[in-house]
Amino acid sequence: MRWLEQIFEITWMSLATIPQRLGSALVIVGGIAGVVGVLVALLAMGEGFRSVLAQAGRLDDAIVLRKGASAELNSGLSRAEAVLIAQAPGILKNSTGVPLASAEVVVVANLPKRSSGTDANVEIRGVGPQVWELRRDTHIIEGRRFVTGKRELVIGKGAQQEFAGLEVGKIVRLGLQDWTVVGVFASGDAHESELWSDPEVLQGAYNRSGYQSVTLKLTDIDAFDTLKAALSSDPRLTVDVQRTRDYYATQSEDLTRLIRILGVAIATIMGVGAVFGALNTMYAAVSTRAREIATLRALGFSATPVVISVMLEAALLALLGGALGAGLAWLLFDKYTVSTLGANFSQVVFAFQVSPQLILNGLLWALGIGLLGGLFPAIHAARQPVTRALRAL
Amino acid sequence: MKYLHLIWASLLRKKVRTTLTLLSIIVAFLLFGMLDAVRVAFTVRESLEGASRLIASSKLSIIQPLPYSYQAQIQRVTGVEDIAFANWFGGIYQDRKNFFANFAVSTNYFAMYPEFVLPAEQKQAFLTTRTGAIVGANLAQRYNFKIGDKIPLQATIFPHKNGGNTWTFDLVGIFQARDERDRNQEDQMMFRYDYFDEGRTFAHGTVGWYMVKVSDPSRAQQVAQAIDRLFINSAAETKTQTEKQFTLDFVKQIGDIGMIVSSIMGAVFFTILLLTGNTMSQAVRERIPELAVLKTLGFSNQSVLWLVLGEALLLAAIGGSIGLLLAMSGAGALSAAFRGGSFAVGAQSWLSGALIMLVLGIAVGLPPAWRAMRLRIVDALHEL
Repeated sequence: MRWLEQIFEITWMSLATIPQRLGSALVIVGGIAGVVGVLVALLAMGEGFRSVLAQAGRLDDAIVLRKGASAELNSGLSRAEAVLIAQAPGILKNSTGVPLASAEVVVVANLPKRSSGTDANVEIRGVGPQVWELRRDTHIIEGRRFVTGKRELVIGKGAQQEFAGLEVGKIVRLGLQDWTVVGVFASGDAHESELWSDPEVLQGAYNRSGYQSVTLKLTDIDAFDTLKAALSSDPRLTVDVQRTRDYYATQSEDLTRLIRILGVAIATIMGVGAVFGALNTMYAAVSTRAREIATLRALGFSATPVVISVMLEAALLALLGGALGAGLAWLLFDKYTVSTLGANFSQVVFAFQVSPQLILNGLLWALGIGLLGGLFPAIHAARQPVTRALRAL
Repeated sequence: MKYLHLIWASLLRKKVRTTLTLLSIIVAFLLFGMLDAVRVAFTVRESLEGASRLIASSKLSIIQPLPYSYQAQIQRVTGVEDIAFANWFGGIYQDRKNFFANFAVSTNYFAMYPEFVLPAEQKQAFLTTRTGAIVGANLAQRYNFKIGDKIPLQATIFPHKNGGNTWTFDLVGIFQARDERDRNQEDQMMFRYDYFDEGRTFAHGTVGWYMVKVSDPSRAQQVAQAIDRLFINSAAETKTQTEKQFTLDFVKQIGDIGMIVSSIMGAVFFTILLLTGNTMSQAVRERIPELAVLKTLGFSNQSVLWLVLGEALLLAAIGGSIGLLLAMSGAGALSAAFRGGSFAVGAQSWLSGALIMLVLGIAVGLPPAWRAMRLRIVDALHEL
């Protein structure tokens, strides 16, 4: 008990003197804020990309692609194959007995971006009539759905933010054809970066006859094996079938890993710099308080509370810095929208996500840096011979 | 310069502090060097030949093929010297993770890209071997490819008409980038279009994009417009751009890498400025009586200013140089870690690094140096 009291007393004393050495205390706070800010911001970017694709996948949805195709854009299924796939067992049917399957055409168009004015790739997805029942999270937020057989587009919310000229009522020129924007949809996932239309009309515009993929709803999550067995045993089909959750997770894997490696590597190097800064500050703090500490020791305080109090001080300053850095990252970057090239060779719009988990991670980093920076000065302080330090009086 | 030993002595006054400050500067410049290497790697550089080349692709989108017949039509446009074409293949070697670019090209492709250096007999072998393929030196080294090897690729887009997904190519040549800075270009594989077109199951007689060489680079824009005019209102309209513009647009689609890199650098230098700035002013504060003694001995105000400023500049220069040297080997490690990457800390990075050292030294050293200069001897000695 006395021990705890001693720690508390000494820590309180040293914290009370911080205003007198504000400059050096700010070094710890600012240095660590920089490290944590960069770490949290970079990881939030990776997390945002991962989650926008992960949202698109479900355990009870499956996607069928041509064998060997790693993305929809690489895949191709003929009209006959698409019909066969929709008749396979394990697919949920709606109230009128139609299987919930959407044979989809995926193409890319060149449209100017709002930010730069230069052309970028946007994905256009021709979706089957069952798609609204299949992807229940998708809903129209402005205008209406496209009408089958007409050159009409509904625009994902993300695509509308990123590309110019996609407001409802505007005309989009694809090749020699004029298409009308009739609505905007939200889905909360990667599909928001796309333009949706009638698949047959889209095939005409791109001079194609087949589809890229079939997405379907399983009767339940265990029906996947039934479906897979049926599709792989059918000699008329050479296809790969995956749960959409697995398919979309694979799409984000590479970039997410790259960002995570980069983020942690940069933060580690910066963290090393911040440790040096913290060491500097704490050494200075300890040396200006050498007499004070020696006096305490002479009064009967033991060495351990001195060590702990110095480390506590470093940790507190570090946590303050960590909170500041994470807070700044959250203020500046949470929900910040960017886009990059996705697996379908077109822009995927995503927002940085500063999650509580990431903030916690950042605080842990801050704590680690602070404790590391406090350790050696603390030991140094406790080891100083009392007599010599007092002689400096 | 004659005061160098004085500056040195004051740096060695508190070794621990100087070492720690130096280490944090080193760390900052290590990061700066590596980030700048990444930035440079994503900067589009134009080669001498690149200025005279145009890329014609479908206006609808890059994924849409163009008819083979356009070759003859484009060839006839005034100002066009030569034309080659290519088609993306997107094959996979052994595993999805081993990604590298691979595409079918016309046989005159290497004639149009003299920056890819290929021995004459290998160039000849490519012309005479229908199943021939050429790879870059980087790629050959990574997978230990040797001339004469059979390289199987798994098709992702184009199944072979034999019913399988496997295409087999005979390696007949290994090219090297003429310019060291283009090492990342060595991460590609090219093979013959005629073999590819014969083996695929659909889209026969179409090509992905045309590469057009113009006789006069200053008229590239006009030639590009003339080509696009040829096919206007046809079923397959073209979009013809200079090679540089084409690449720039593509890099821009990956994301604003420059913005990300400079934001990180900003955070790094802000942090370092804070760290070293505080240490420097602390160091000067402790030495106020000493400085007063120097002034008493007859050192001019200016000399004292330079003494303190010199200390900061020296620290920044030493730390910065060590940091950039470390970054050079760090960039090497980075290139090894990311297949196909070629990151290097070049003269440009050293130049901007040196500039930053100067600015950092002045920003950190000037305030305490100023204070030291304005110091009144009587007040300062009083503190003794």
